[in-house]
Amino acid sequence: MQVATGKSILNGIAIGPLRIYKKAEVQTSQTSGLTPEEEWKRFETAKETAQAQLAALYDKALDEVGEDNAAIFEIHQMMLDDDDYLEAVQGIIETQGATAEYATETTGENFSAAFAAMDDEYMRARATDVKDISRRVVNILTGAGDAAMQDDQPAILVADDLTPSETVQLDKSKLLGFITRHGSSNSHTAILARTMNIPALIGVDFDDSWDGRTAVLDGYNHCVYIDPAAELLASMEAKRKEDLKQAALLQSLKKKPNVTLDGREIKVYANIGNAGDVGLVLQNDAQGIGLFRSEFIYLESEDFPTEDAQFAIYKRVVETMAGKKVIIRTLDIGADKQAAYFDLPKEENPALGYRAIRICLTRKDIFKTQLRAILRASAYGTVSIMFPMVISVREVRDAKELLEECKAELKERGVSFGEVEVGIMVETPAAVMLADELAEEVEFFSLGTNDLSQYTLAIDRQNPKLDSFYDPHHPAILRMIKHTVQAGHRHGCWVGICGELGADQKLTKTFLKMGLDELSVSPSAILPLRKLIRGLDLSQEEE
Amino acid sequence: MKQFTYTITDPVGIHARPAGLLAKAAKALDSTVTIAKADGSKSAAATKLMALMGMGIKTGETVTVTVEGGNEEANAAAMEQFFKENL
Repeated sequence: MQVATGKSILNGIAIGPLRIYKKAEVQTSQTSGLTPEEEWKRFETAKETAQAQLAALYDKALDEVGEDNAAIFEIHQMMLDDDDYLEAVQGIIETQGATAEYATETTGENFSAAFAAMDDEYMRARATDVKDISRRVVNILTGAGDAAMQDDQPAILVADDLTPSETVQLDKSKLLGFITRHGSSNSHTAILARTMNIPALIGVDFDDSWDGRTAVLDGYNHCVYIDPAAELLASMEAKRKEDLKQAALLQSLKKKPNVTLDGREIKVYANIGNAGDVGLVLQNDAQGIGLFRSEFIYLESEDFPTEDAQFAIYKRVVETMAGKKVIIRTLDIGADKQAAYFDLPKEENPALGYRAIRICLTRKDIFKTQLRAILRASAYGTVSIMFPMVISVREVRDAKELLEECKAELKERGVSFGEVEVGIMVETPAAVMLADELAEEVEFFSLGTNDLSQYTLAIDRQNPKLDSFYDPHHPAILRMIKHTVQAGHRHGCWVGICGELGADQKLTKTFLKMGLDELSVSPSAILPLRKLIRGLDLSQEEE
Repeated sequence: MKQFTYTITDPVGIHARPAGLLAKAAKALDSTVTIAKADGSKSAAATKLMALMGMGIKTGETVTVTVEGGNEEANAAAMEQFFKENL
């Protein structure tokens, strides 16, 4: 067994024979027997064909990977119409008496080299795009196709590099995964692979002896096993089946509404712990992000993260969600979540201590930096702000006042921001008791059932001795949830759950009957939960 | 001639998509639109996608946009609006 490592761009497993793909060497003759006018005519005709192909690819990609990801083929069309590019091709044809294919190839190489030499990683990745469009035109001119990329047998494709158009054109039924030597996780090819759910590894050093051998591409562990041992193969096969089950479920539920048989609708959102989880959110077809735990930004940082650094992260998440709701919970640090630079003193009883909104309302500089970053991100999609650990109306008013101050500051700076919905976590018994008053202040409630259970039952969930006393379905908790939903609805608030209880399938029917508007769960729990909801009928009495 | 400056807020700078949109928008105008780095080191016609990308303008950088000929007033306003919305 041989193991090679690379960089995974999708958590997934592919098992099958490796197939090395070598791009056909296109022989372009430099000197033309035709006049420059005739060669230019050939180029223009080929360019038109290429534009038509790109338009068709755009439609195919639009269907398979969505508008944002399909945009690359629109850009390819524009690149192919670029004045400088066309002038360069024409120049080579005219001054060198060259063939159209030679002129196109040379121009593609020159432009691509210019991008490859730039100091910006993003722009370097664009070198592939220029090569891609040039090769397309050359192939049309020389009659060479990319037909030889795949066999009849499904295989893991191994190549030096894959262009975005090659990736979209591949027959997915025969593509188990792909491995490339070059490419960046930033490339459009990587993005497309991710969206199409194809396990892929980049930056892998392979050799020709790999061709035809059996391999396991393990995207979870960034490696590929060639001629895998029997027990590894078996365990990977089992893991892959799990993935497939999930994928099948996704396919059956994708874009379908979350409605019970008798027509009651509920939103299913995702909880995420860092920006990298957004891929999982989309893969599992969540309708939004119900809890974005912003504290990871602070925990992964050596010092207080700046407004710009936070803004970049929020914006990336918000843009990726493309208009779907993103609920960002403001800093919930303290208790079990500590960052050294906050310099928080040791406490006797941290769960009841200096944490979350309590830190934010006393260290206003830290809080306002975060609020401004969130506000700025709201210009790029749909953003809601949620304050944690609230116990009083005053806290909410103070937090909202700071939010208004931040809006004024941004306005003064001439920075744009969008409409931001404001809500609170209901995770203390005090907030439940004051739900009516609190609902007057905000637009939504999200029940944090983990802390709410701990505070209501006075049970520390970390203590195994208390297991026999702990009942996650304790009637006190369920009544509190019901009370919160009713109070919220009385005052026009929507009410959701973002704690663990939200994913508890034994309670889903109860929650729907209580009138909850949203459940936010970990990405892996979304599809099973949606399947369950779509099979429930609330009008039927319990057996 | 009309001119304005703009500071890029998009974290990736003037990348492929907005550059493509910009080229498209600029082509539709009856003025010549030129984008230049604030230090004057590089400039490109707004209609030229690859040249725009090749300038490698990053977030936080300030560019000067010049609109010449045609309906300068309206076209400069349209360009300013475009930058605010897309970059």
